[in-house]
Amino acid sequence: MDNFSTLIGGIAGDGINEAGLTVARLFSRLGYHIYMYYDYPSLIRGGHNFSIVRASRQKIAAHMDQIDVLVALNQETVEKHKSCLKDSSFVIYDADKVKLDDTMHKGFGLTITRILKEATAPAVMKNTCIIGGYCKVVGIDWSVLEDVLKKHIPKMLELNIQVARQGYDQAVQFCRIDRSADRADSHLEKQTEEPIITGNQAISLGLIKSGLGAYVAYPMTPSSSVLDFMAKFGPEFGIKVIHPESEIAVMLMAQGFAYAGVKAAVGTSGGGFCLMTEGLSLAGMAEMPVVVVMAQRTGPSTGLPTYTAQGDLHFVLNAGQGEFPRFIVAPGDAEEAYYWASVALNLAWKYQVPSFILTDKTVSESQYSFDIDLAGDLGGELKEQAEHSSLLWDGRGDYKRYRYTDTGVSPLAFPPQKGQVIKTDSYTHDEGGITSEDPQMTRETSDKRQRKGQFLAAELERYETVKFFGNEKSKIALLCWGSNKGVCMEAALKLGLRMIHVLVLSPFPERKLKSALQGVERLLAVECNSTGQLARLAGFYGIKIQAQDLILKYDGRPFSVEDLLAQLGRALA
Amino acid sequence: MNPKDLATTAKNSWCPGCGNFSIMSAMRMVLAELDSQGFPVENVVLVSGIGCHAKIVDYMNVNSFYSIHGRTLPAASAIKIANPYLKVICFSGDGDSLAEGLDHLIFAAKRNIDLTMILHDNRVYGLTTGQYTPTSPQGFKGKSTPSGTSEHPLNPLELMLVSGASYIARGYTHGIEQLQKLFKEAILHKGFSFVDVLQVCVSYNNLYESYNKWTYTVQGNDASSYEEAQKIIRSWNYDRSEVPIPLGKFYQIEAERFDQSFPEYRQNLSERDSKIRTLLEDFI
Repeated sequence: MDNFSTLIGGIAGDGINEAGLTVARLFSRLGYHIYMYYDYPSLIRGGHNFSIVRASRQKIAAHMDQIDVLVALNQETVEKHKSCLKDSSFVIYDADKVKLDDTMHKGFGLTITRILKEATAPAVMKNTCIIGGYCKVVGIDWSVLEDVLKKHIPKMLELNIQVARQGYDQAVQFCRIDRSADRADSHLEKQTEEPIITGNQAISLGLIKSGLGAYVAYPMTPSSSVLDFMAKFGPEFGIKVIHPESEIAVMLMAQGFAYAGVKAAVGTSGGGFCLMTEGLSLAGMAEMPVVVVMAQRTGPSTGLPTYTAQGDLHFVLNAGQGEFPRFIVAPGDAEEAYYWASVALNLAWKYQVPSFILTDKTVSESQYSFDIDLAGDLGGELKEQAEHSSLLWDGRGDYKRYRYTDTGVSPLAFPPQKGQVIKTDSYTHDEGGITSEDPQMTRETSDKRQRKGQFLAAELERYETVKFFGNEKSKIALLCWGSNKGVCMEAALKLGLRMIHVLVLSPFPERKLKSALQGVERLLAVECNSTGQLARLAGFYGIKIQAQDLILKYDGRPFSVEDLLAQLGRALA
Repeated sequence: MNPKDLATTAKNSWCPGCGNFSIMSAMRMVLAELDSQGFPVENVVLVSGIGCHAKIVDYMNVNSFYSIHGRTLPAASAIKIANPYLKVICFSGDGDSLAEGLDHLIFAAKRNIDLTMILHDNRVYGLTTGQYTPTSPQGFKGKSTPSGTSEHPLNPLELMLVSGASYIARGYTHGIEQLQKLFKEAILHKGFSFVDVLQVCVSYNNLYESYNKWTYTVQGNDASSYEEAQKIIRSWNYDRSEVPIPLGKFYQIEAERFDQSFPEYRQNLSERDSKIRTLLEDFI
């Protein structure tokens, strides 16, 4: 078995996300790589929630539509997803809630209500019960589930184990999941299983790794889980976490921290970022380093709060009045999220510019098997920059916050400095940070800011800002960014195409992209928006993509592997 | 330290007779005095918004963060949280903090964060040449309300009292000794201190005559009493009515502070690295 997909569905409040994670952990313990997509509407109780847990012998970052086992806590799950079942699929369901058309699929109904009642367990435990049954169905040993439950059930563990065991004993075996030898082979030195984390958790850890001192955010899906993570774990690392009155305050607080020498990051989605743009422009003028985790969802306006999109690329590229350089990276999986979050924080401070980690709901909230050693390490460079010793004022002469230098980057100092003043200013200002309306100074300070952007671009030549995969001899290539990396890799492999993933979107890696495109005669852009925003950006650099070669999905849902193969099949026919 | 040492070479562009001069002089004197009393001036950070008031930071040779309109307090709050040993003083206008940035003002008071807010309350937009503000009286004829505003003013001190500010005072730019006294008290106060300064705009809202006639300094009031403070604060509501206008310290209490609730230790990167790996074990 190379791939095995499980869909778990129920109503909000059934603990579908957690149940999905439990299944993911089971497969992870058997040596598989995991990707989990979690689909939920914007409400607290009721509505249809589902998790698709895909286990694979290969590293993956995309889901498939076709389901091997469907776990249904309600009838709606069966009705909505029966079209995803294969002839060989199996359904395990709550016999009290679900009626299965027996002629269609193999299945087993678990008497969850009775099991819970006999154990006097609360209704919330029905997901534990059905996961017990699921383990029997797919032939996962009881001991594996017991291990997962013991590690992750915070309260009433005994009762949870009891109802899971009842489910396990009652259900019938349908197949047998083999232990995957693949991962053990490729990581012989590794004895432990991999953690399973979301993109947002990976970003949080990457920021923490590179010296984050403060995280400030107002909750907004799909960025809120960064705030949740930081609030829970940040204090252990000495990180100050604030949830203030608005995104306007968030952006200004980040800059107060930067002024005082504390590395800060903020997080939001499109609507919150609208409020941040005023402060973003201040960061541009005042040269305040700040990292913005900008997790896209479907817009415009409130749009679909809990669904994905890649609709804000040009907004982030152009947000804020005036002209100032910025760094934008769009990671495509958890390892990239971790590594590039560290880079983003470093570059923000090295060049005193706003730095964006641009994600979407898919990258932010999906669960990935995470290999920290695969993610890459900035090593000594990270250490030096994180302590920002090389960026600091040397203490000689009078301090000038905006001293002109070859690179445009002025040495930093933070109050208090005996006998010196540190002045920052939202107006056009002189080297000392005092307001000026002088035309020459206006031009010089603008040049200073642009010079920083040029040196930033030059530094990025050393990074893998454009990645390519698949068949490098193919004259047909897929172009993508952010969360579409995983699905495009699989499609490119299957169809024998070249695949190019643009990680850094500003400063735009023109030279690297053009080099990756050598020999390509047809380029198809795969994006989750309705206009082809990366294609448009590439167009500024003379890389033309035909309208019929825009492979777009803008219904709030990410491409599944089948989705993309079907659309590519039509485009290439 | 001489207050003159706190001047910069920036050319002053306030109108002759502007009340901002008094605020600046009083603040320079207070900071120089505090410097000689063990509160070094390099530990002070001034934060201003946008408007005539805000130019004060260009004219003071002190650490400063010249922010944007209405946004002094969030920046100032983070500076204080980043380094609790800094004294952070905000200068803001009535348009700046009572219109554009009102939410931040209420939240700073609600948090009782250890900052000082000096409100240059001239009750008119000066830099945009004469529009009504949240403290302009009903009927104020400004460029945006040529037939007179129909809104009543809000009373910023009453708002601060109910929001949780722990030091509340009012001064007047014709009383520089009182301003010095109030500024010093406010800066030394541990908690959110708010000083409303009736600052006269000679160009667009010259109230010298009215203020000279109606202001008086409260004597013998119990500043720890919420009810008494409320009574004094409510005795003048910023509308046009001709009633006595109290000046002085109205309220001062000790209360829990937001800035005390953060970890102060910092962790080196190799400690973080190993801690991250340990933390990840919980996600297996």
